[in-house]
Amino acid sequence: MARMTLDELRALRESKRQDLARRDVEGKNIQIIVGMGTCGIAAGAKQTFDAIAESLQKHGLEDKVVIRQTGCMGLCYVEPTVEVVAPDMPTVIYGKMTHDMAESLVVKHLVEHSLLDNHILDRPAADIVKK
Amino acid sequence: MAKKNFILVCGGTGCESTRADEIYRTLIKEAELQGVKDDVQVVKTGCFGFCEKGPIVKVLPQESFYVEVKPQDSAEIISEQVIKGREVVRLLYRKDEKAASNIKLEDIQFYQKQFRIVLRNCGIINPENIEEYIAREGYTGLEKALFKMKPDDVIEELKKSGLRGRGGAGFPTWMKWDLTRKQPDPVKYVVCNADEGDPGAYMNRSTIEGDPHSVIEAMAICGKIIDARQGYVYIRAEYPLAIDRLKIAIDQARDMGLLGKDILGSGYDFDIEIRLGAGAFVCGEETALLQSLEGKRGMPVPKPPFPAIQGLWKKPTVINNVETFANVSAIMAKGAEWFAKVGTEKSKGTKTFALTGKINNSGLVEVPMGTTLREIIFDIGGGIKNGKKFKGVQTGGPSGGIITERSLDEPITYESLAALGSMMGSGGMIVMDEDDCVVDIAKFYMAFCVDESCGKCAPCRIGTKQMYDILNKISKGTALEEDLDKLEKIGKAMTKASLCLLGGSAANPTLSTLKHFREEYLEHIRDHKCKSGKCKELVVYEIEPAKCIGCGLCARRCPVPCIVGEKKQPHVIDKAKCIKCGECFKVCKFGAVIKR
Ligand SMILES: Cc1cc2nc3c(=O)[nH]c(=O)nc-3n(C[C@H](O)[C@H](O)[C@H](O)COP(=O)(O)O)c2cc1C
Ligand code: SF4
Ligand code: SF4
Ligand code: SF4
Repeated sequence: MARMTLDELRALRESKRQDLARRDVEGKNIQIIVGMGTCGIAAGAKQTFDAIAESLQKHGLEDKVVIRQTGCMGLCYVEPTVEVVAPDMPTVIYGKMTHDMAESLVVKHLVEHSLLDNHILDRPAADIVKK
Repeated sequence: MAKKNFILVCGGTGCESTRADEIYRTLIKEAELQGVKDDVQVVKTGCFGFCEKGPIVKVLPQESFYVEVKPQDSAEIISEQVIKGREVVRLLYRKDEKAASNIKLEDIQFYQKQFRIVLRNCGIINPENIEEYIAREGYTGLEKALFKMKPDDVIEELKKSGLRGRGGAGFPTWMKWDLTRKQPDPVKYVVCNADEGDPGAYMNRSTIEGDPHSVIEAMAICGKIIDARQGYVYIRAEYPLAIDRLKIAIDQARDMGLLGKDILGSGYDFDIEIRLGAGAFVCGEETALLQSLEGKRGMPVPKPPFPAIQGLWKKPTVINNVETFANVSAIMAKGAEWFAKVGTEKSKGTKTFALTGKINNSGLVEVPMGTTLREIIFDIGGGIKNGKKFKGVQTGGPSGGIITERSLDEPITYESLAALGSMMGSGGMIVMDEDDCVVDIAKFYMAFCVDESCGKCAPCRIGTKQMYDILNKISKGTALEEDLDKLEKIGKAMTKASLCLLGGSAANPTLSTLKHFREEYLEHIRDHKCKSGKCKELVVYEIEPAKCIGCGLCARRCPVPCIVGEKKQPHVIDKAKCIKCGECFKVCKFGAVIKR
């Protein structure tokens, strides 16, 4: 990306803001977001990331889903954490998503459209940034 | 087939899990009875961190938040919400108007005790993609500082916000910037303190890992205001992921013209370099940090002159903590008035804490200033592990003190923590339960200070060692009562006479535990007893002959070995040889090994 002027920065902000609000990235409308801070990675977030990718492929969902990484949500006692944003489903955060949970996550949440028992957590605080 | 509703039942350890279980079952039963079992899924969840009002039930997608739910409420939740689509108003959480920390920001009404300004983007954006930061009001503050607001206006804005330094001492940020700005020297520097040496603290690490641009943006704003061209982030080499993300972020900002020459076509140049610290606690102290940045040995130098007057390479320098900077970018984006609504009169905004130790929900929390320790430990933290009794919480790490049950309802501010003999520090918060021994804790922190003292001044170099030796004697049962007076005397002298606050606050953990738990110290000295068994030398392992069935397991596991006995006969420990590893105590299935 080339160096920007003020106007270019503003235009970029506006278009990216709309992207985030629309919640579809690269034409895919499901997002799986894995927490990859030091604590998440120590708890196996990288393996979870890979296992989710594998499972998506197995169920032919790789064209519909983007897997993204983010920083630490602060829920260190239940790492790795994974957030799932999908149409027709409430957005939820799952904790203790070790790699062996990836398959049930994909099957339950994305194929069967239901939530996983015993893993849901609350986002720790409301978002202060205006969308 | 998409479901109409999802009912989440809190199944955290803090809630009465049995009642939550029953609610879970009755909800499923009611959904079936009322013929809507395909429209709704009942799910058990982790802890919602609101245990005092538990059990909690949340219904999605409406986000209805029900508290103190009973099993007999299930029928109504199903018939009203799932069938008729109406909330069960009587169960909805209503904000407790008395609570000091309630935030009265118009667009946010919630039950959560946390409020995230510093961590606003952590866990939301991809930290390796600058565009996601930009999309969420990112770099709007820098825009203002470059094109809209005069330096005077920015200083005024910071003053109105009431922001104080988050590195520990709580010095007003605007004053630091203003003082530096007014120095005539044409060369000035901006330094970010990301040393974070307090054992148990990792808020700064997480902030940089999760949202590096919030720091970069604020450093550029600071540079513009004080008229500096160069910034440095001093970060410990033990934080490789944070360093990587910071590097990526700086490169992206530079590529897009948000750092480097002629930022956004404004004519202003500013760049940032990363400097790695080797991980000495004293290098977090600002003057030592600046020495280290200059390539010298990291030792504090006397103040004044303060860094604002003579800092890095003797040039006027603003040095702020990571969290202070992350707050600045939020204040610049959202305005001082918005920020000043959060917190107390003298301590504005929020504070992040790393909650660790004997706590159920350990992790990173951010709460408005004025929140009580009880709210942090019991509501957010879900209480003490394994239902044990709370003993105290150490804030401020090796510079802070222990805070006990009695002060749990004290609102947290810079002043209140200092009055309690502790300090805000950077934000480590270690929770202790009845199994922790205060002598052991004081000894641990003193050992840390002995190791980390740079040795430049005598009170700290000698005092920490002397205090450590006394604490060590106490833990072995060889101290005398008058040693406690000695601890206090040395501690006070060290507090007064040390050059920097490492020595100046090293006595805090000892003095505060001594103040609150003198009896426990005396037990060690007089009765040679450590109730919690943490001071190994005072513990004696014995086998109670009446309970021992002579299975021989302990004898086989003893590493010395020093347990003897005939098969099926009571065994005996040779106390002279026992190394007190505790293995026999752990393995005996008959409770025959006792610890005294
Ligand atoms: C022994 C010692 C260790 C310190 N460690 C840190 C640290 O790790 N991070 C930090 O920001 N400040 C630390 N400080 C405080 C700094 O000296 C300084 O006050 C702070 O960086 C100023 O930033 P602020 O105004 O944003 O709080 C330490 C102070 C002492 C005496
Ligand atoms: S108080 Fe301790 S760490 Fe600070 S300058 Fe003196 S010897 Fe060094
Ligand atoms: S394990 Fe317990 S019961 Fe068995 S020999 Fe040792 S003390 Fe006795
Ligand atoms: S405490 Fe350890 S060394 Fe002592 S008797 Fe038991 S097992 Fe042996």
